[in-house]
Amino acid sequence: MGSIKDKVAVIGVGATKFGEIWEKDAEDLLVDAAYEALDDAGLTPKDIEAAWVGVLYNFTGISGSTAAEPLKLFGKPTTRVENFCASGMDAFRNACYGVASGVYDIVLACGVEKLMDTGSAGLPTSDFGHPVMGGVSAPGMFALAATRCFHEWGWTKEDLARVAVKNHKNGVAHPKAHFRRAITIEDALNAPMIAWPLGRFDCCAMSDGAAAIIITRPEIAKATKHKDDYVLVKASALALATVMPMYKGSFDYLGFPATRMAASLAYQEAGIKDPAKEISFAEVHDCFTITELLNIQDLGFVEPPGAAEFVRDGRANVEEGDIPVNPSGGLKCFGHPIGATGCRMIYELTKQIQGRADGNQVKNPRLGLAHNLGGPASVCSVTILGPRD
Amino acid sequence: MADIASFGAYVPLFRLARKDMGEAWDIPAVPGERAVANVDEDSITMAVAAASDCLQGIDPASIDAVHFATTTAPYHEKQCAPIIASALDLRRDISTADFTDSIRAATTALRAAADAVTSGSAKRVLVVAADARLGEPETPWEQMLGDGAGAVLVTDKGAATMHGFFSLAGDHLGPWRRAEDRFLRSFEARVETQYGYAANTVEAAKTMLQREGVAAGDIARAVITGMDPRSHGGVARTLGIDPAKLQDTLFFSVGHPGAAQVLMMLAGALEASSPGDKLLVTNYGDGSDALLIDVNKAFPAAPGRRSINGYLALKQTLPHYTGYLARRKLVEHEEPPMRSSEVIYWRDARQELNFHGARCTKCGTVQYPIPRVCTECGTKDELEEVKLGKSGSIYTFTLDHLYLGMYLNVPIPRVVVDLEGGGRVFLEMTDCDPQGVKVGMPVELTFRRLHEGSEFHNYYWKCRPLPQAA
Repeated sequence: MGSIKDKVAVIGVGATKFGEIWEKDAEDLLVDAAYEALDDAGLTPKDIEAAWVGVLYNFTGISGSTAAEPLKLFGKPTTRVENFCASGMDAFRNACYGVASGVYDIVLACGVEKLMDTGSAGLPTSDFGHPVMGGVSAPGMFALAATRCFHEWGWTKEDLARVAVKNHKNGVAHPKAHFRRAITIEDALNAPMIAWPLGRFDCCAMSDGAAAIIITRPEIAKATKHKDDYVLVKASALALATVMPMYKGSFDYLGFPATRMAASLAYQEAGIKDPAKEISFAEVHDCFTITELLNIQDLGFVEPPGAAEFVRDGRANVEEGDIPVNPSGGLKCFGHPIGATGCRMIYELTKQIQGRADGNQVKNPRLGLAHNLGGPASVCSVTILGPRD
Repeated sequence: MADIASFGAYVPLFRLARKDMGEAWDIPAVPGERAVANVDEDSITMAVAAASDCLQGIDPASIDAVHFATTTAPYHEKQCAPIIASALDLRRDISTADFTDSIRAATTALRAAADAVTSGSAKRVLVVAADARLGEPETPWEQMLGDGAGAVLVTDKGAATMHGFFSLAGDHLGPWRRAEDRFLRSFEARVETQYGYAANTVEAAKTMLQREGVAAGDIARAVITGMDPRSHGGVARTLGIDPAKLQDTLFFSVGHPGAAQVLMMLAGALEASSPGDKLLVTNYGDGSDALLIDVNKAFPAAPGRRSINGYLALKQTLPHYTGYLARRKLVEHEEPPMRSSEVIYWRDARQELNFHGARCTKCGTVQYPIPRVCTECGTKDELEEVKLGKSGSIYTFTLDHLYLGMYLNVPIPRVVVDLEGGGRVFLEMTDCDPQGVKVGMPVELTFRRLHEGSEFHNYYWKCRPLPQAA
């Protein structure tokens, strides 16, 4: 198998504010994000040769038209990518291959979701799946892991709450985050239950938003606005595990195989031998607090069951942490308009490495890792970015 | 002549004190308590529970026919018996029939079963009855009625022999329900009781006993169904039956369980019987049925069978009348529309209703739902369909407050169960306090109505706590 390492450069990034944006539709959000990215790259829509757009829900958009229509990218190959919560990052991954193959020079990868258009009462799940088998809410899917981790390792609701408190604190600093209010452990523990043991502050809320990334090959990047500080793609991996883990007798619910497999592929592609030492910071998929804790282990930052302690000891904090996790506030605070999230993470990683983060700035960032985990932990995407040589 | 080889019963977990029902409306309360079917139960699901109880230790493939009796069929057009048959994993080449529209339907079904076995058109007929009738709120009827199910297995060779079937047809008296009525109706209860129930029961019983040459004193146990305790006592006195020999009508513990009454009472009588006992059975409703049952041998032990006494002991008292209103859907709630698919539901019926999984013949892994390619070893198309176990333990769970865009105050426990005999399934848990769910808890599976997606009854399995041995 080959490698994407150092074959793709990020030359422009854009993202809207994430939140309850009732008055804007998908067209508004994509135009805002894409033009911000184009301005960042010093380019215009005419320069885009191909586009990939990540969208989960049909009510946000169907087909490549989701991006082609708002941006009037007619006559260009534009593809909608859907892969649960990894949709946006998988759009980026596919876009990378378009560029690395040499077929397209300047490519747009973007993502958008208008979750609030179905109301704020939780992700619509009734359109998925079987008449009678396997129904469960999104929080419920991940709560199953929390229950088992409590049982096996003695993790507690306090351990989960610490993740929420950290990410809320980070969100306060980020002007584009959905939630910018600090919370306490007490707030988290006293919040209404959503899917035991996950309460309201253990769950990322519903948000609208869009993000866009312009990519090219490094030799072309050297002639653009960010010629001195374009960011290189070191790895972009995707791996799937079963979409029915609750029916798999050998699954232990103490971590997610999709993440371990995607991380392994990404580290191999990037030539990383010791992620805990080589990864400077990470934006990981904290759809729920339990997921962030398991991500920290599954990504190899600490051996199980050390994630609770890792967070408790401040090792994931921006200021003093070994590996700042979710310096932007994560899905929890930044928000999770599903199709947009992967690209938003690429946006964040890029600006962090370039030293121009909108919110908290990670000190001396080298390699940044972005991680998404979608469905019942069945699809995982891991992208690693690093500074240019 | 046809025999009875086994029996079973089912009473829903929840009970409500009649005192609480009376207080809710500030009307007098009848003594005792009544059984309340849960919101996910109906006559079909309760019938499956009673029939399973009856078939403990019996190979379902040995059953040739299902006769189902009820006055509360969940469909006006769609036969219930085949749904019950699938849930019990019976063969397909069987005869099925629903007997409906009368309290008497269960003994009509019993007589038809006996005739089938006697004529040789079937060897083993499952007769099951279930009812969940509704009495109008703010009346004594809602206190008096109760929900439940009973079953017997009629065969050509069993521990007890039925004989003397005698029937009287139609008394043209109530109580009744028209097709468009939700609640039981009555015009003049005293006429209905005296000239309908009592007169017919007495005439049928006396005529039958005389033809069979049996006297009241010969009866060891009398299964006499009744509308209410007083008229029941009156009929027994008229027939000269010693009160000590009367089988408990379940008025004070379950309520009147409609068509299921006779079989639930019979299950109790057969369980308590000894070889040599002669049982009298009478039933009423648009006429009357009477028969005799001679107990020839002791019934074989069936360790898993709870029967009426076992289920009566499994109870949880509702704290308030509103628990009854909610469970019996007497209060209107906005239900968000739900989509299902008749096509998918039918295609996957053996996995959903018969609860079959598959075992990979290469690596031995039992898995569910049934895949083409083994989940563990990746071998294609080398799996054999297998029955899955109906009990297991909880590997992990959540208490889910989110459902169809609604926030539920009482969460739905969603449970990952490792089944006895292999296989892991993901089910809703019912009949439990969500706060009591624990990892490692033993559970048993129960057949329930899940939802009304696309406006048909979507049945499936849930789990409930396995009662601990006393």
